[in-house]
Amino acid sequence: MLHPIDSQQAGNTEDVQQSLDIEPAEEDLSNESAMTDKQQSHSLNFSGLRDNKLSQTEEVREALRVEKLNLFYANDQALKDISMSIPEKQVTAFIGPSGCGKSTLLRCFNRMNDLIDTVRIEGSITMHGKNIYDKSVNVADLRRNIGMVFQRPNPFPKSIYENVAYGLRLQGIKSRRTLDEVVERSLRAAALWDEVKDRLNESAMGLSGGQQQRLVIARAVAIEPEVLLLDEPASALDPISTLKIEELIFQLKSDYTIVIVTHNMQQAARVSDQTAFMYMGDLIEFGNTRDIFTNPKKKQTEDYITGRYG
Amino acid sequence: MRASGLPSHISAQFDQELEDIRAMVLKMGGIVEDHLDKAITAMIENDRELAHRVATEDYRVNAMEVSIDEECTQILARRQPAAGDLRLVIAVTKTITDLERIGDEVEKIGRMTLSLMDSSIPRNYYVGVESIGQHVQRMLHDALDAFARMDSDAAIEIAALDAKVDAEYDAAMRQLITYMMEDPRNISRVLEVVWSIRALERIGDHITNLCEYIVYLVEGKDVRHISLEQVEEELSKKDDD
Repeated sequence: MLHPIDSQQAGNTEDVQQSLDIEPAEEDLSNESAMTDKQQSHSLNFSGLRDNKLSQTEEVREALRVEKLNLFYANDQALKDISMSIPEKQVTAFIGPSGCGKSTLLRCFNRMNDLIDTVRIEGSITMHGKNIYDKSVNVADLRRNIGMVFQRPNPFPKSIYENVAYGLRLQGIKSRRTLDEVVERSLRAAALWDEVKDRLNESAMGLSGGQQQRLVIARAVAIEPEVLLLDEPASALDPISTLKIEELIFQLKSDYTIVIVTHNMQQAARVSDQTAFMYMGDLIEFGNTRDIFTNPKKKQTEDYITGRYG
Repeated sequence: MRASGLPSHISAQFDQELEDIRAMVLKMGGIVEDHLDKAITAMIENDRELAHRVATEDYRVNAMEVSIDEECTQILARRQPAAGDLRLVIAVTKTITDLERIGDEVEKIGRMTLSLMDSSIPRNYYVGVESIGQHVQRMLHDALDAFARMDSDAAIEIAALDAKVDAEYDAAMRQLITYMMEDPRNISRVLEVVWSIRALERIGDHITNLCEYIVYLVEGKDVRHISLEQVEEELSKKDDD
């Protein structure tokens, strides 16, 4: 269940306020005995703002929790005190102008920033109660559990079949039957099966950009991650392929938690359940997409989504 | 293919959302239609219980207007609909406004029926209510049917019937004025009947609006504030092209 950030961590009222603003989904009001009165009243106020439809659905669980995350590239701070809770099996979109930190934050979820020497990270991201930046975490395991798809489709120069089977072969799975099953299931999940089923042994490089991107998504879901990170997955694609990717995202969310970065805010409006607006490394507003795009709470959010500054 | 007869979008969810608002409009229309039938029956048969329900159940219609409007706002904000999809959303927001107003008129009829309940008004005072009522009932039913089928030809025919309603309204009014002149003690009671007929006549006007939205939705032409002859001419021009 999602809760307001604990009082121990919320050092002052400003922090409490911030954590309320960025709380994405409903709280479990029955589970409040441990909370202070102050928090209780806040969470009650906040639940009043909830979208009815969402709060009527079954409980929303937390997939990832970001707490007081700061990230520095050498001396430049790229993320400033980010706290948020990513709900399970929903689509969460990060929007904001170039350089706002949305891609940096996305990369934090599977530790892609580890590859950059000058990066320093404070705070925590927890999954199942464990900080993914803990020394005991195996990064390869983490990335198996939190898959990522990039802006430009990057299939391997192999056959369509081998692209999807690749992750399983790495895990040492050799059974032809298992591989066949997973390849078909993954390609179906990525809405690509019907287009490629008769040429599975042809090179993936012969597919169109939109098909390649769906192939990469099939490759990502083949190893059954819990979370899929999508970094502008449709920005290199034509409008029809873009809509197909968006429809795919909608279908995938019944099985996966999806976090998507997009500079196309209409895309965020179309595909996401939760939207986070970031600006200059700050998380300005995080909430239900229905509310963000019709009645944002912060003027900065309103200005951005209505095209008043960029 | 969708129920509207239009091909599907790539986004199945978008199809679903558009189908939802269409279905909700038809459901709201069905409730309004049901209330109108009850209001007329209550008045003619002097049924207190029925009149009371008509006078108090309009909140259901109002609630539907609010929730359909909310859905339309979401579709506009999140889908940026274009062409026929955009016209559907615009037509729906306008249609539900008129349906809600029809609901208000029906509620008025219910209230007037209740206040007439204890006065012994002669049956023949209600002749106008009955005939105009049947007319607008039929028009509303057919207009909702035309909306469901996206049939602009039917919509134009239904809109043309409003002239008959207006004529019957004039005739009924003359008759009721006669009753008032015959016995001025009747004036306050007869006025209640007058307001009811007036409400029915207004319902006819709202139904005409519904028909105009159907033409806008199907043909993409705004046919408000022009005569029916011109509308038919406009649309036949398109067919010749």
